[in-house]
Amino acid sequence: MFASFDFDVIRRSLGYLFLDGMAFTLTLTALSALGGIIFGTLIALMRLSGFKVLGRIAGLYVDFMRSLPLVLVIFWFYFLVPYLGQWLTGASRPISVGAFTSALVTFIMFEAAYFSEIMRAGIQSISKGQPAAANALGMTYAQTMRYVVLPQAFRNMLPVLLTQTIVLFQDTSLVYVLSMPDFLGAASKVAQRDGRLVEMYLFAAVVYFTISCVASFGVRRLQARISIVR
Amino acid sequence: MNYNWNWSIFFEPAPGGTGTYFDMLLSGLWLTIQTGIFAWIIALIFGSIVGVLRTLPSKTAYWIGFAWVEFFRNMPLLVQLFLWFFVLPELLPRSWGLWLKQMPNAPFYTAAIGVGLFMSARVAVQLAAGIASLPRGQKQAATALGLTTFQGYRYVLLPIAFRIIMPPLTSEFLNTIKNTAVAITIGLIELTGQARSMQEFSFQVFEAFTAATVMYLLINIVVVTGMRFLERSLAIPGYITGK
Amino acid sequence: MIEINHVSKWYGSTFQALKDCTTKVAKGEVVVVCGPSGSGKSTLIKCVNALEPIQEGDIILDGIKVNDPKTDLPKLRARVGMVFQHFELFPHLKIIENLCLAQEKVLGRSHDEAMAKAAKLLDRVGLKVHANKYPAELSGGQQQRVAIARALAMDPIAMLFDEPTSALDPEMISEVLDVMVDLAREGMTMMVVTHEMGFARKVAHRVIFMDQGEIVEDALKDDFFGKPRSDRAQKFLSKILSH
Repeated sequence: MFASFDFDVIRRSLGYLFLDGMAFTLTLTALSALGGIIFGTLIALMRLSGFKVLGRIAGLYVDFMRSLPLVLVIFWFYFLVPYLGQWLTGASRPISVGAFTSALVTFIMFEAAYFSEIMRAGIQSISKGQPAAANALGMTYAQTMRYVVLPQAFRNMLPVLLTQTIVLFQDTSLVYVLSMPDFLGAASKVAQRDGRLVEMYLFAAVVYFTISCVASFGVRRLQARISIVR
Repeated sequence: MNYNWNWSIFFEPAPGGTGTYFDMLLSGLWLTIQTGIFAWIIALIFGSIVGVLRTLPSKTAYWIGFAWVEFFRNMPLLVQLFLWFFVLPELLPRSWGLWLKQMPNAPFYTAAIGVGLFMSARVAVQLAAGIASLPRGQKQAATALGLTTFQGYRYVLLPIAFRIIMPPLTSEFLNTIKNTAVAITIGLIELTGQARSMQEFSFQVFEAFTAATVMYLLINIVVVTGMRFLERSLAIPGYITGK
Repeated sequence: MIEINHVSKWYGSTFQALKDCTTKVAKGEVVVVCGPSGSGKSTLIKCVNALEPIQEGDIILDGIKVNDPKTDLPKLRARVGMVFQHFELFPHLKIIENLCLAQEKVLGRSHDEAMAKAAKLLDRVGLKVHANKYPAELSGGQQQRVAIARALAMDPIAMLFDEPTSALDPEMISEVLDVMVDLAREGMTMMVVTHEMGFARKVAHRVIFMDQGEIVEDALKDDFFGKPRSDRAQKFLSKILSH
């Protein structure tokens, strides 16, 4: 079945695929996860702050983002970010930002909605006695969150946050719609150039599958360890 | 922002002569709904079978269920669509491959089946968890009455489990509809695709995307309302499901 | 009617739940099985209709070997009624539907026939007015009476009770025991795991005492309550009867 296939095309393009493509994918994943978790935590804190308006705004943001397909959001930000840049810097015309920045902003804003739900569940899972005890020690709201509640919530939710990061890793492949040079984009470029769609897409599938499998196996191990410690 | 808004663009004729830009978006919306429902049916059928397999005592059944879920969960949906669309026809015997490639509406079928199978893994996980959450005695009671394993699932376990997982199933249904947008990459011109082409033809980026966004929000509202209604009409008096 | 010959059962490879148990229940006989928690009494009764598999020995039910792989278990189980500690009514079905399900799906009775039978039995346990309610709308005692009626609807040749009153509030125990006493007096073959020694005194023919997976004592009722031969049974009785 594979007789007419040329698997050497993979070997020839390994450097481009991994050093350029996969590096782009992994950097985008890591920075988006980091930004998404930070922004998501802020949203979660807004929702749980007790200030009606603040909570309402945060809730609307989360519901809004979760209602839209990621592909549409990617398009939105691709066209919106230059205008946002103009507005922020006060420049006279839309600022052109690189493909990477545009994608990074998109994923941070989009994934924050999902991360915020995880952090919200994490914060709510901490018993009411914990913030009460911190308050009793004279801590301010910020100190209570920073030193008592968030570290516990983060720790409890670590497996879920990591699982969401694996989803994010897979989702970054959608920057394909903007012809960006992520791993899939790189594989696709080679595939088109050499007319080797079958080989390249099979290889891309295997790579994504392997990384995701190993990562989720690791998360499961971690989860088992955490649940024993508890 | 120095952007020239032009909201009346929707009523201008779109190139291609099939109507206005608004008609164009509507046809995309319709295709999104069709693909989403088709995919959801596939996800429900396969997800139910695989979910049940994961709860059977047989080791083989469990492993088949496990492999299915891992296979569809650990690859980006986009890559899976490429596999079905570009790779599968090449791996089949020549005549079958040719038939696949020449099939009319190939992007639609690929999207519906591809998204459906991708989502079936998630449905399976939810259902297996729902079944596992039932008291062990329920299965024993069904067995003790002489119901076969199939009858036990059909009449006792599944009706309760599906009620319990109704809320997560609602969001999986919404995810299915949203995920059809990925099929833009294999040439399915659904709602996001139509918004994109409207942007390319008319240069009114934000109007096009705003309209698509509003339509997606409407889909969400309709689905959530519908599922709440369904949930309420299927609720068992006195019995608290979930949470 | 029920023969249990040298039955041993292990959970995993290390924990032995039943050790060489041998006893029998004759037609029309009422046998009470008691013993401390974890003694294996519930496991033993669940082996009788093969809800739990056994590794050694034989169980013969009305002349049919339960642990024979060729035995049609659903068919056999349909002929033995079982009542569970936690009732295990099917929460998504109305009371009357709970009684009809297995009659129709397992015995193949027509809906009308099943309904008539169900109505008669609900009347018998005094719950006819609740026929169209759902299980969660009934009290524990009422649910357990429905569960007994559900088992009786199958016209069983014997009834197995697995701690039928231990999940009930004290004030509801007697309404369930009354139904069981009536059943015993009508000549039903019964194997009952329970701590209700009043019930045992009233209707049991024999009492089996189990501890740590073994049948320690198997005696006629009067002998058992008169002077149990083993220390363990004496200790157990003094604990259970002192309050």
